[in-house]
Amino acid sequence: MNRIEAKFEQLRAEGRSAFMPYICAGDPTQEISRKLLLTLEEAGADLIELGVPFSDPIADGPSIQKASERALVDKISLRRILDMVEALRQETQIPITLMTYYNPIFRMGDAEFCAAARKAGVDGVIIPDLPPEEASTLLKAAPAHNIATVFLAAPTSSPERMRLIASVSTGFIYCVSVTGVTGARASLSDEIQPMIAELRKQTQKPVCVGFGVSTSEQANTVARLADGVIVGSAIVNVIEEHLGDEAAILSNVKKFAEELVAGVRGEI
Amino acid sequence: MNQSLPDATGHFGEFGGRYAPETLMSPLLELEDAYMSLKEDSDFQEEFQYYLREYVGRPNPLYYAERLTETLGGAKIYLKREDLNHTGAHKINNTIGQILLARRMGKNRIIAETGAGQHGVATATVASKFDMECEVYMGEEDIERQALNVFRMKLLGTTVVPVNSGSCTLKDAINAAFRDWVTNIRTTYYLIGSVVGPHPYPMIVRDFQAVIGQEARSQTVEQAGRLPDYVVACVGGGSNSIGMFYPFYADSDVKLVGVEAAGESILSGKHAATISAGSVGVFHGAKCYVLQEDDGQITPAHSISAGLDYPGVGPEHSFYKATGRAEYVSVTDEESIEGFKLLSETEGIIPALEAAHAMAHIRKLAPTLDKDQIIVLCLSGRGDKDVYTIAKVLGVDPINPGTGRLPQ
Repeated sequence: MNRIEAKFEQLRAEGRSAFMPYICAGDPTQEISRKLLLTLEEAGADLIELGVPFSDPIADGPSIQKASERALVDKISLRRILDMVEALRQETQIPITLMTYYNPIFRMGDAEFCAAARKAGVDGVIIPDLPPEEASTLLKAAPAHNIATVFLAAPTSSPERMRLIASVSTGFIYCVSVTGVTGARASLSDEIQPMIAELRKQTQKPVCVGFGVSTSEQANTVARLADGVIVGSAIVNVIEEHLGDEAAILSNVKKFAEELVAGVRGEI
Repeated sequence: MNQSLPDATGHFGEFGGRYAPETLMSPLLELEDAYMSLKEDSDFQEEFQYYLREYVGRPNPLYYAERLTETLGGAKIYLKREDLNHTGAHKINNTIGQILLARRMGKNRIIAETGAGQHGVATATVASKFDMECEVYMGEEDIERQALNVFRMKLLGTTVVPVNSGSCTLKDAINAAFRDWVTNIRTTYYLIGSVVGPHPYPMIVRDFQAVIGQEARSQTVEQAGRLPDYVVACVGGGSNSIGMFYPFYADSDVKLVGVEAAGESILSGKHAATISAGSVGVFHGAKCYVLQEDDGQITPAHSISAGLDYPGVGPEHSFYKATGRAEYVSVTDEESIEGFKLLSETEGIIPALEAAHAMAHIRKLAPTLDKDQIIVLCLSGRGDKDVYTIAKVLGVDPINPGTGRLPQ
């Protein structure tokens, strides 16, 4: 069992949902994003989604696009991110899932990536432009290295696709709450409930909801329905607001993450 | 003709496929179903043929360029005159086909990306004709260098949306169009302009553009009594060239030559020669050749021609390259200007800078061939949109060019 599965087992026993914040590795610098990851754990994150910046992020809205551009200026790469995780493993055992577009993995080779990810201490991978139909090479390589393969389900996914996605996902299933790109939104989508209901019919695996969750109230609502709440752009926006002031980035992200944790745990 | 390309899962050998966000997967499957049934639907095909004939002006001529042939002193050169189509380029073949498809699918909003603006204009044109709401994404750098086409789109009632992320060119416009489509998937049809993107787009665009090669093939046989020795076309994303090549696929004696943009030069790194100098990757929904760093980040392309300025290429071209069915060469910005001037001065035809790249290769190729050999060039578009760029290169003010001849 890898860290992700162990965590969800623990949370299930405790009867609560997970809080999984997203940050983009290297945003605004490699050193600050390393500190941010530890700060988020301190604030109560249960798992971390660590973004691998890509030059052409077609599934991302403006917040994460800009974060990726900031990180790429700092010459981040998939290899450096694996090194960063390897170093972080001296300090934390929090489950870490990489969110990356497929080309950096394809370029490295699926099997080599899985081996390197395991060696670094990465627990899983989410690839927004790799549907199950194109994932056979990855699905062959990942289990041997104990890397969870998290696929995304969307409001447009048919019941047949939900079944396929549920069957190939390990660790958890990433439920995309809206038809759209990543980004903070004023209100929650009403498509979440029917999607989760459909997925529950297909699988016992944990279902986490992301895209558009940005306040502690929304986190609270989602936590009542899903096994995990993913917040990305709203956190990235806090980083962007305080660019140039490392202490302010760390303290404000911590404060915001604590609010979200309170929302997820129903303490608001 | 090879009917098995792509295969049932949208692959051309190892290339192509459907590397798309999950939100797009069901819509892409629906699009494929809709297209596959209309492909066999005689009403639909007749409607498509009607508009190609009456609205686009097809068939356009295959023109024997006698003076160009004499000037180069080698093979006979024939020009497939896509520049004579309504809107001035081959792009309209595809936009007519896809807007009819969108209409049959009950969509009322069209989005598109554009680089040089030719696809944007062709999309704006059919959106106006078929009364659809239309938004075209265009990189800010391209908006600047293709101002004429921006104005044409606006005259046609289209909203031009500037894209200021990444390199502010065609690839970023495609990113933005995908983001719009993911968001407005239920009402919107994404009318992609080249043989790129996730399956079924490379197949759909190829099929609608194949009219170029079908006409050229029978016109060559009619006029010259046999098939050509060489078929030459420029390759950015690769729609005019695949449209030209595909009907010759099974004619193994016909050499297919794709001409890419070498920009300042391949060694300088400032180029768009994706097949000649790139490597295999996954980009914009398909496995294909791509310009990339060692770590898989996509490298911005560079070309004087906005329509070739793209760091990926269609999966079918990637397959033709890998299997050796087509040869891919590249010419620089500077050589393309020479091609541009040569065709203008010998035949009285001002070509688009994209087609001028293919012309520049023929300038090198034709003199090496015998006089009884035949080259067919796809003249994919006319050059009006590029006169400002050329004027800048030649150091002339296009608004007030003065009198007398151009400086040599």
